[in-house]
Amino acid sequence: MDMKVSKKKLGLKERYRLMTRDLGWDTTYQPKDKVLPYVGYEGIKIHDWDKWEDPFRLTMDSYWKYQAEKERKFYAIIDAHAQNNGHLNLTDARYLSALKIFLQAISPGEYAAHKGFARVGREFPGVGTQVACQMQAIDEIRHAQTQIHAMSNYNRYYNGFHAFADQRDRIWYTSVARSFFDDAMSAGPFEFMIAIGFSFEYVLTNLLFVPFMSGAAYNGDMATVTFGFSAQSDEARHMTLGLECIKFMLEQDPANVPIVQGWIDKWFWRGFRVLGLVSTMMDYMLPKRVMSWREAWNIYGVENGGALFKDLARYGITPPKGWDDAEKGIDHMSHQFMLGLYQWSFGTAFHSWIPSDEDMAWLSAKYPDTFDKHYRPRWNHIRKLAAAGTPFKNYGLAKLCQTCQLPTVFTEPDDPTLTCHRETTYKGEKYHFCSDGCQHIFDNEPEKYIQAWLPMPQLFQDPIKGDLGEWMKWVSLIDGKDNGDYAGSEDQQHFEAWRGLATTNQ
Amino acid sequence: MSTVFIALQTNEDTRPIIEAIEIDNPLAVVHREPAMVKIDAPDRLVVRRSTIEELIGRDFDLQEMHINLITLSGNVAEDDDTLTLSWNN
Amino acid sequence: MPVAATREYVGVPRDVAANFHGKQLVYVSWDRHLLFAAPFLLCVPPEMKFRELLDGPLAMLSQPDPDAAAIDWTQVEWLKSNQPWTPDFGRSLADNGIGHKDQLRFRTQGANTLLTAA
Repeated sequence: MDMKVSKKKLGLKERYRLMTRDLGWDTTYQPKDKVLPYVGYEGIKIHDWDKWEDPFRLTMDSYWKYQAEKERKFYAIIDAHAQNNGHLNLTDARYLSALKIFLQAISPGEYAAHKGFARVGREFPGVGTQVACQMQAIDEIRHAQTQIHAMSNYNRYYNGFHAFADQRDRIWYTSVARSFFDDAMSAGPFEFMIAIGFSFEYVLTNLLFVPFMSGAAYNGDMATVTFGFSAQSDEARHMTLGLECIKFMLEQDPANVPIVQGWIDKWFWRGFRVLGLVSTMMDYMLPKRVMSWREAWNIYGVENGGALFKDLARYGITPPKGWDDAEKGIDHMSHQFMLGLYQWSFGTAFHSWIPSDEDMAWLSAKYPDTFDKHYRPRWNHIRKLAAAGTPFKNYGLAKLCQTCQLPTVFTEPDDPTLTCHRETTYKGEKYHFCSDGCQHIFDNEPEKYIQAWLPMPQLFQDPIKGDLGEWMKWVSLIDGKDNGDYAGSEDQQHFEAWRGLATTNQ
Repeated sequence: MSTVFIALQTNEDTRPIIEAIEIDNPLAVVHREPAMVKIDAPDRLVVRRSTIEELIGRDFDLQEMHINLITLSGNVAEDDDTLTLSWNN
Repeated sequence: MPVAATREYVGVPRDVAANFHGKQLVYVSWDRHLLFAAPFLLCVPPEMKFRELLDGPLAMLSQPDPDAAAIDWTQVEWLKSNQPWTPDFGRSLADNGIGHKDQLRFRTQGANTLLTAA
């Protein structure tokens, strides 16, 4: 017989209670601390897990509904992109270098974040936290997959996309992002939340995704706009999770405050270094630029970060220790990175190039205090070397920072004419750093960072023993195709030829 | 004063949401960027379900915004009728 | 500070001298000559004479700088581990006390074309 069920719609709060809180259970035949053994060792004290609440109150049923909708939108556009030779709508194939770096370094980071959130979702006791972490774990694997899928369309036509998984493991510049996530994943669950949920997602992710997606839109890359916005639509939830988690930790016990502050100091600097490469993408790699790195930093770093730390001051939290040094580096870092990428471009699975007159005029307008004074003379000289038929290649390789693993390209915070040299000796071994920030991080946990796999020193050990050709094979880099200057590359020739075919009747 | 913001994808779904935000937040400033609309407001911004429903002529669930949300800033408070962003300073 | 861990935590360094098949790493940089984006990483035998290091890898790598030809190595000031230091050109790296992963810096008095070009 038919039963008429009342169709009264549940309110948001009631639905959240039923669909999230009521999923929790107490252990019966094992003590709780045996089931959840990792929640105490970092020293964070939590008295009442029920005080944690997801401000969006998103329940699993709604989550699946909205995620399915996002996927439908994503694939509709990816299909259209593939069917309509979307790759020929790009402003210029130089743009693809930014995508290649993204694919080799950032998409694997999404996968690492997936593993991390799957783990902490298991390790936290609170059911609200568990569900939110599970959602984020599923989001992150979706991001990795949709990004790889979207960018696979370019692999049919252009070099440097074919071996991102090998390059994630072996090439030098990707170890920066990889070590960042390895560092977070090998920490405890609370530190992981501050590292990824708060510092990366809340404080820094806008600097990665928002300019990157706007850059893609400006440069005609519909595939990337789509995966970017599809991923970004999850980020608001991730950011909110990060912020709620930090407030929860700070409210639960005053003894948590100094521990959390230490993690904020550490992870702000780690994240700032990883995202530093975005500065180069914004200032140099987008043929049509959206805004300068300096302008993006003013909006998302100074203004937004400033508001956030003013808000957290009521708990006794202060802005991260490296904040002032970060600010001093903003007008220099994109130029310092690009000079490095250009001179080591024989070892990169993407192209770099010498900025044109027009590029340099833009850089000079955006960086009136630094570009003409410090960087234009170097580019002019590099241009002269190229014109003379002796393009600048720096086979000296580079000293890497033991903590962030970047080449130590940075100058002293207060002297842009002098490279920053920092070193320490621990248990008889020497270690080098790019900055005070990275040295502080090492000094706090030396046993962790002495284990760093630094790709440049590694090149001279087994199995490569310093043979650059063998190294290229080992990292799946095809010399003369994937690497070097964009000028004269296959990517440049192909793009121009195909675009010619698409826009003329020849 | 601190700025809160919300950014939405530029599309037909978000047009009435943006319009509603402008109605409900007279101090909000709307920036139209490529493929994205970013709305800044001093200290506080509220998204009101009833305003959106009036504009679209149907029921609206505020969680539908998740599909087109790009980013936001500020402390989030959501119930059935409003989504509020605010800084406590 | 020790790493927060559930049991004793001991790390193993990855870049010890023993991994380099009889060679060692030396980092060298030319202060205020920033055409070179970072200090050079050289992998050389500790028996190499200091003069061979200058005349070989260092001379070759410095060459793109417009002031490289004018370097007078007898007038160069050196720093080792950021402290003033005087090398003996005729002796080996090992005899000069240059250990694995040591950082050498040198300073020249003459022109700095790319620094003053602006």
